[in-house]
Amino acid sequence: MRPAAGWELQNMLLPIVGRQIPVEVVGSGSKQAIGRPMQTAARLTTSAMQGISLYEPSELVMSAQAGTSLAQIEATLASNGQMLAFEPIDLAPASGGERGKQTIGAVFACNVSGCRRISAGAARDNLLGIEAVNGRAELFRSGGRVMKNVTGVDLCRGLAGSWGTLAVLTEVTFKVLPLPEATATLIYFGLPDDIGVEVMCAAMRSPYEVSGAVHLPQTVAARLEHEGLRRQGQAITALRIENFHSSVTYRREAIRNALKVYGDPALLDTSVSLSFWGELRHLSVMPYNCETCLWRVSTAPTRGPKIVAAIKRHMPVEAYYDWAGGLIWLEVPASADAGASDIRRAVAVNGGHATLIRAEPDVRASVEVFQPQAPAVERIVRGLKEAFDPYRLLNPGRMYASF
Amino acid sequence: MTRMQMPVPDAAVLERSHQIIKDLIAIAGKDAVIADEEGRRTFESDGLTAYRCMPLAVVLPRSTAEVSGILRYCHREGVKVVARGAGTSLCGGALPVEDAIVVGVSRMNRVLEIDYENRFARVETGITNLGISKAVEAEGFFYAPDPSSQLACTLAGNLAMNSGGAHCLKYGVTTNNVLGLKVVLMNGEVVELGGAHLDADSYDLMGLMVGSEGQFGIVTEATVRILKAAEGARPMLMGFASSEAAGACVAGIIGAGIVPVAIEFMDKPAIEVCEAFAKAGYPLDVEALLIVEVEGSENEISEMLSRIQALAEPYQPTSVVISQSAEQSAKIWKGRKSAFGAIGRIADYYCMDGTIPLSRLPYVLSRIGEICAGYGLKVANIFHAGDGNLHPLILYNANDPASSERAELAGAEILKLCVEVGGCLTGEHGVGVEKRDLMRTQFSGTDLAVQMRVKTVFDPDWLLNPGKVFPLEETLAVKDVA
Repeated sequence: MRPAAGWELQNMLLPIVGRQIPVEVVGSGSKQAIGRPMQTAARLTTSAMQGISLYEPSELVMSAQAGTSLAQIEATLASNGQMLAFEPIDLAPASGGERGKQTIGAVFACNVSGCRRISAGAARDNLLGIEAVNGRAELFRSGGRVMKNVTGVDLCRGLAGSWGTLAVLTEVTFKVLPLPEATATLIYFGLPDDIGVEVMCAAMRSPYEVSGAVHLPQTVAARLEHEGLRRQGQAITALRIENFHSSVTYRREAIRNALKVYGDPALLDTSVSLSFWGELRHLSVMPYNCETCLWRVSTAPTRGPKIVAAIKRHMPVEAYYDWAGGLIWLEVPASADAGASDIRRAVAVNGGHATLIRAEPDVRASVEVFQPQAPAVERIVRGLKEAFDPYRLLNPGRMYASF
Repeated sequence: MTRMQMPVPDAAVLERSHQIIKDLIAIAGKDAVIADEEGRRTFESDGLTAYRCMPLAVVLPRSTAEVSGILRYCHREGVKVVARGAGTSLCGGALPVEDAIVVGVSRMNRVLEIDYENRFARVETGITNLGISKAVEAEGFFYAPDPSSQLACTLAGNLAMNSGGAHCLKYGVTTNNVLGLKVVLMNGEVVELGGAHLDADSYDLMGLMVGSEGQFGIVTEATVRILKAAEGARPMLMGFASSEAAGACVAGIIGAGIVPVAIEFMDKPAIEVCEAFAKAGYPLDVEALLIVEVEGSENEISEMLSRIQALAEPYQPTSVVISQSAEQSAKIWKGRKSAFGAIGRIADYYCMDGTIPLSRLPYVLSRIGEICAGYGLKVANIFHAGDGNLHPLILYNANDPASSERAELAGAEILKLCVEVGGCLTGEHGVGVEKRDLMRTQFSGTDLAVQMRVKTVFDPDWLLNPGKVFPLEETLAVKDVA
């Protein structure tokens, strides 16, 4: 099924709902290998739902059909000096898919955010309005095109990150922001993980609005596409500052001074900065590898290195820290459970959650890919699935085995 | 105001009121339960004082465990519950109903944990909005959402209404600044959503809970993001000969790539009243005034303000005043933040809260003027221009029922106008009881049904904050099937 509009999608779903046929919901399919494998009899793609339906640069708002490619959205924004501030990352290359294909609908459906999440919010924070069709074949709207809106139940937040299991987004309206005039990056070399996170947390506690804070241990930094940085052969802790030119110069020096006990950082100018942060947007340091599994761990920043150290006692680990240490991409050797029990135990002790991003299908079928829920919470999650998709037709089993 | 229709009270519950009060005392203790008429009267209304209703009883628990005990009991006994923070809601969000108990969280106001390293604070939700910032200001931190009532309003109320404020253009609203919640569900179960990390691990239940207007559960603890304050901040005032020019100037600034931390708009009637009250130095010979605030170091502020001034040039501001001192800045904001109080001194007012696309501002303002004139009423407009949130304050005489009714009718027309131009009924105050019957102008029957099913997931018997948010007939219909 390849509907070209929300109403058409609704019409196509009507008989599907009548006959209770399970459907795989995809945009471009770039994240198909993420989540639990599904058994579906039909496939529904939003890829024919194309086009930017509203763009008001002076009101910082854009609406687009769900199947519009992110690349097209970002090109249009860039030509007006604007951007998606939450800097969505591309999970496809790391999970064996094709790079640069994802659709704007999937960005919000999977709540995909990048490095600037620490200062500009996640995809869900930038979503203003939606049109969607649920598993009852009902077409509905929520939110709108204005920045501030508390009218009714906040379904935008409710559907962001639901991976197409509650409803199919057909149109999304979102906030955009001006591109920064200048970007600088301070790079500290050779810090161990815990000190790297300490540097990032100290920078985040400054008033200088650091908009990116990542730490790449030496073996991970060695995978960078950027040759100059790769050839340093050392761990990299990078801080990004964005603003107008004179402000960036001032702030970069102010941070350098405030953090001088950690050494003298190297400085990347705007163009090198853009390529460095640009490659992180497709997880260049965690490329596809069929002999390893990839996990995504979310925690409080200072707990990041503790979690990694705890897991290292059980298995070899490559870790890449984003969000000042609060987001960890963990590569571990492939195994029957992808290391799930040891990883989840380490996370449970420190707080946060873990999602299995890449593993062979049989592993993803047997392991809990998304974080298991406490019983009372699971009842709500199950209730929501029931409310939106009572026949369990949309991406059945993708998030949880039982629904 | 016209009498708002509420669900018919459950006679069986009213009959058992003595027993219910006894039971509540057994759960929460005598000093936590208010059952006398005088005591209950304090809670009969909120910031929307036109509507009043005495609750069956009021309980002021001291812990999550007590809230859980109370809700478990009410769930079992079929007693409705209206949650309350400080009662500053402007839309009747905390308006009691006759057969409900009010559960107020005001006694639960402790700061439980502050973690500067990871930049969060864990607090009980009875703490005031400003109380959070006060607790962390010694280290130069603050909690970003800043509703005008921040001195009094509680975090619990902010969470229920997803409150905003003047500075959310840059920092976002409540939902963007919360990391974790401890919620007591109607059946007494306590669930923890989120934590100290940045994203949800399943469906975004926290996102659904924030803004659910006390209809999904009672939030007793929250982990909120705290941010390091900028080195400095300074507002500038720009007066314009027309609201068109002021609106176009805002679009010009944002379109050029500058997003100030706040852009506030006031029309002539609002300027006059606020200036008379706060002596903020607002120009009186203009039709519209913008307060534009930027943040950063001294040099950054200067550069940003001069850029903004240059961008404003084509719109011919008739006066430009850049604050020269902290005192002057405080005065400028005092004028704006006390606008409601200042207007309240000269007349009763009915505060509306629609949001509109900025480009429609001149049209909307002229239509608001016409609508109010049509009802023989005056209106002052205050507008968070950066994010389109409009607060028309309709002036009326509360002692004159006819005047009250006209104000209410004018308000409804204004909100319909906001929806018609592509905006919404409420930007930051919430739907409450006030706007519930206007929901159909913004949403289709299906839209509402989808929302109401979510409510049913959290509160299957519809016992929490009854008669709010959804049109009354729709609510009754759901309950009949439930």
